[in-house]
Amino acid sequence: MKLTGAEIIWECLQKEGVDVVFGYPGGAILPTYDAMTKYPKIHHVLVRHEQGATHMADGYARASGKVGVAIATSGPGATNMVTGIATAMMDSSPIVCITGQVGSKAIGTDAFQETDVTGVTLPITKHNYLVTRPDDIARAIREAFYIAKSGRPGPVLVDITKDAQQLTCEFDWEAAAPKLPGYRPDLRALPSEYAKALELINTAKRPIIFAGQGVIKANATAQVLELADTTRTPIAVTLLGIGAIPASSPLNLGMMGMHGEAWVNEAIQQADLIIALGMRFDDRVTGNLKTYAPHAKKIHVEIDPSEVNKNVHVDVALIGDLAEVLEELLPGVRAADRSDWWATIAAAKGDSAVRDIQALPDSGHLYAAHVINDIWRLTQKRNTIVVTDVGQHQMWEAQYFHHEKPRSLITSGGLGTMGFALPAAIGAKFACPEKDVWVVVGDGGFQMTSCELATAEQEGIKVNVAIINNAFLGMVRQWQEFFYDKRYAATPMTGPDFAKLAEAYRLTGLRCNKRSDVKATVEKTLATKGTVVIDFVVEKEDTVFPMVPAGAALDKMIRRPKQDVMSESGADKDWEMPSSTLPGVFVEAAVEASLNGHGKAAKLSKPAKKSAKPVKVAAKPLRVAPTKKRSTARR
Amino acid sequence: MAKHTLIAYVEDVPGVLNRIASLFRRRNFNIDSLTVGRAEQPGVSRLTVVVEATEAGARLVEANLYKLVNVLRVDDLTRKPALMRELGLVKVTVTPDTRTQVLQLVDVFRARVVDVDDQALVIEVTGTPEKIGKFELVLRPYGIVEMVRTGVVAMARGHEPLSSNPPLVRAEVAGHKAEDHAHDTGVSMSV
Repeated sequence: MKLTGAEIIWECLQKEGVDVVFGYPGGAILPTYDAMTKYPKIHHVLVRHEQGATHMADGYARASGKVGVAIATSGPGATNMVTGIATAMMDSSPIVCITGQVGSKAIGTDAFQETDVTGVTLPITKHNYLVTRPDDIARAIREAFYIAKSGRPGPVLVDITKDAQQLTCEFDWEAAAPKLPGYRPDLRALPSEYAKALELINTAKRPIIFAGQGVIKANATAQVLELADTTRTPIAVTLLGIGAIPASSPLNLGMMGMHGEAWVNEAIQQADLIIALGMRFDDRVTGNLKTYAPHAKKIHVEIDPSEVNKNVHVDVALIGDLAEVLEELLPGVRAADRSDWWATIAAAKGDSAVRDIQALPDSGHLYAAHVINDIWRLTQKRNTIVVTDVGQHQMWEAQYFHHEKPRSLITSGGLGTMGFALPAAIGAKFACPEKDVWVVVGDGGFQMTSCELATAEQEGIKVNVAIINNAFLGMVRQWQEFFYDKRYAATPMTGPDFAKLAEAYRLTGLRCNKRSDVKATVEKTLATKGTVVIDFVVEKEDTVFPMVPAGAALDKMIRRPKQDVMSESGADKDWEMPSSTLPGVFVEAAVEASLNGHGKAAKLSKPAKKSAKPVKVAAKPLRVAPTKKRSTARR
Repeated sequence: MAKHTLIAYVEDVPGVLNRIASLFRRRNFNIDSLTVGRAEQPGVSRLTVVVEATEAGARLVEANLYKLVNVLRVDDLTRKPALMRELGLVKVTVTPDTRTQVLQLVDVFRARVVDVDDQALVIEVTGTPEKIGKFELVLRPYGIVEMVRTGVVAMARGHEPLSSNPPLVRAEVAGHKAEDHAHDTGVSMSV
């Protein structure tokens, strides 16, 4: 059968089982868009910016486990995809990006809209292709899908010249089967390694399991729970591992790392064995490597050998598919009690739950944690996917929204991409139209890709956008508060009237600035047809606790303040922190000094000495609460 | 940190050298020398790369090379009986007085004179990188006008086949003993 290159692209997508693609047309991809009309089974979603297309493909892939597809033209179309591709790379998300390229004869001439896209994306794709002949298209696309979804998943880009799309050739699907002699997605460890791992597991006194995104990708929840239950081993999850283990499981301690719960990090520091499953010891998880888990032997179950011993030296590495590795391990695992270890963890947990702001009475102020926790409470019985950006709201979501199922949280973890949430949520909705999709996003990140509201409107789909609006780039502001003497350089931020913005897109806009209104707002959102944007106007200078300062030891956390500022009732007086400083607040200089091995570790009892210019707030360097005056100024 | 000599078989496709160079840059590995040429199979290039790395770093280099789709197999020859060869061309100034001395040195190093004129000799020398370094050192007093080295190419001695699987990394960290590389068994599925 003779087909044009453009038709071959669609034939291949159809044969790969693609039902939706996210894209944006342009000159060099026009032949492909023209051929699209002959393939009505594939739904094309017109995005408003190519970054959105890649995030949508990413959100689709993470929600469904299938490969997401994004299409763009050459030059600016393709370079706009870069952020989305890098996001997918860091979080191992299987997407295939198809870009048009100038005609093969024009390559290298700086032709109109020419960019060396395979060069640009080389370090941020799992693999990429430049196709200049129609005969090579089918194989490139088949290989792209195979590479994207096998082994450790990742993005693959196929750049196809305009003439390759226009010329015809014989289309032979069978002959185009992947031929990848150097590609090894299915590695396995030797039996001797399993014996070593079992020895460590069966003799450990204080073991802890780390569940990362690999658990979700490998569908290994049942095996992990069986391992944990048999050996009575507590589980800590990474940010991307949230949902891998039900939050309600008594074996699940919660999230580890920089904004993980303090008792989880303390358990890690005391553990004598870490069983790391499908995670990569990111710096946000380990804190200072020199002091990380000093007593623990480490077993690393990982599909990508280049992750082993990258950040943390491990004692046993079990390379392979997580579910298969665990199936092989489980028969050799001995049941154990480990009640002492659980008692230690319970003691470390202590009064943390009481300190949790969520337990505090309504003070008349709206806190992001309340908003997120209330959304969770009100949607518990529904099948919900939450999509977040990066920043304070992301951490609050991770702490206060309790995920029971894999793939119910989609967030930009590794790259920390602002603007990810809304487009990724649109992609997730296409993957799971029967589920509620919530976007939890900051006012900063939302403004980066808010144009995709138009996409949601045009497609007639419903995503519920909860903007956590603190009129600040909150996480950056928090770092400035702790480590830069509260010099809030370029973090205060205005935005449009988000409710009116939604209305301008012919969508529904709501506003909520009282905790007592959250319930009604959420209910109204769920009852409304079509996409709803809610402007949750929250406290401006709120802080994510607990926190491990970058570079500090994992158990040197800034805990939630005991005398919580939020317990004060809504009188109009200025809120002040108690005169004693927050426990464990570091200043950057002290952290750096301790890292470099000279100077003493940060003194916890003394407030930081300010040598910098006399900023107004410097007199009370560790005041956390906003003044009432300031927080009401903009409402 | 020590020098590690790795060889890699890669598919001979456009951009493959770029991928490898990009990998070294991206992961902050330090290339000492890199040579590429044809291998015994058609469509396959053979690459010899010398990197400055710790044992753990070398295992990461190896694992990352394997991750590239176009890389067929990788082997670390650092701890194996192996032949390392490099070729150098040296253009050295000579006078009627020094010519014989230089020619004697050429003899000692079993090098060859490949071009002669009244003021200079061009000498071709092959051998280990150390030998070529030494040759350069002894010629320097006579005045080296130009010099070029190809970078090292390497081949294991004996008949053991190359490993064709990635090592599942075990490496030496301070206080830990480096364990023998499973490559020696030819299986190398272990760490």
